[in-house]
Amino acid sequence: MLDMQTASKPHRAKLYLHYEIDGDDFTRAGEASSKLKQSLKQLGLSPAVIRRAAIAMYEGEINMVAHADGGVIDVDIDTAAITIVMRDTGNGIEDIDAAMKEGYSTASDEVRQMGFGAGMGLPNMKKHSDYMKIDTKVGEGTTVTMKISIMSE
Amino acid sequence: MTTTKELRELYSALNRADLPDRNISSVYCGDLLSHVMGSAPEGAAWVTVMSNVNVIAVASLTDVACVVIAEGGAPDDDAIAKADEHGVLIFKGSGRVFETALEIYERIHV
Repeated sequence: MLDMQTASKPHRAKLYLHYEIDGDDFTRAGEASSKLKQSLKQLGLSPAVIRRAAIAMYEGEINMVAHADGGVIDVDIDTAAITIVMRDTGNGIEDIDAAMKEGYSTASDEVRQMGFGAGMGLPNMKKHSDYMKIDTKVGEGTTVTMKISIMSE
Repeated sequence: MTTTKELRELYSALNRADLPDRNISSVYCGDLLSHVMGSAPEGAAWVTVMSNVNVIAVASLTDVACVVIAEGGAPDDDAIAKADEHGVLIFKGSGRVFETALEIYERIHV
């Protein structure tokens, strides 16, 4: 449960966070998710909720770096849920059904050598969120919206 | 149950000596980072051959108790600096993944 007394601005029922992700920089991938994790800890959310949100967002960060030359992430936290919106202007996803299958990947060999590109990114994002929606257009970009309920355990 | 303190007797720690001691409740093996991300249990000792900087991010986000890099893998200075920054304890083990995991498993279940 989100205890508003522990939030830095107790009069606001919402917390809003914004992150910008660089493309092609795998050494920094995960920094935004780490920052989100710290912020959620400060809010006093349960470790299970924090872990789900951090994992879901980290996979999205990796996708942005590997496939889309970066992007922007907006996170809204209210008393019911954490909503993560990840936007990029990359190539878009040609076949969403295939991309949602575990093991399907279009990642480069370089990305695979780093231990990614196992085709688990989108499935992991779905697994760790309570709601996920993908809006994508080939050649224009992708927006992934995920909600993680704060009430669920 | 074992602790990171006990593992210091088995493997060489590669980063800051002042990281708090943690309980180790299980062992997890994996090299595909997205699999690890989705499956590594919190508080586990994660045994892997991977040693790049992304290992640190995955360890931090999954909140494993420590990483044991097996089979001679060696993280570079950037990875060690990042581990220090995020408070992720990294060990280097010379054994193979299976033997290393078994050794830790036996410590947990003795």
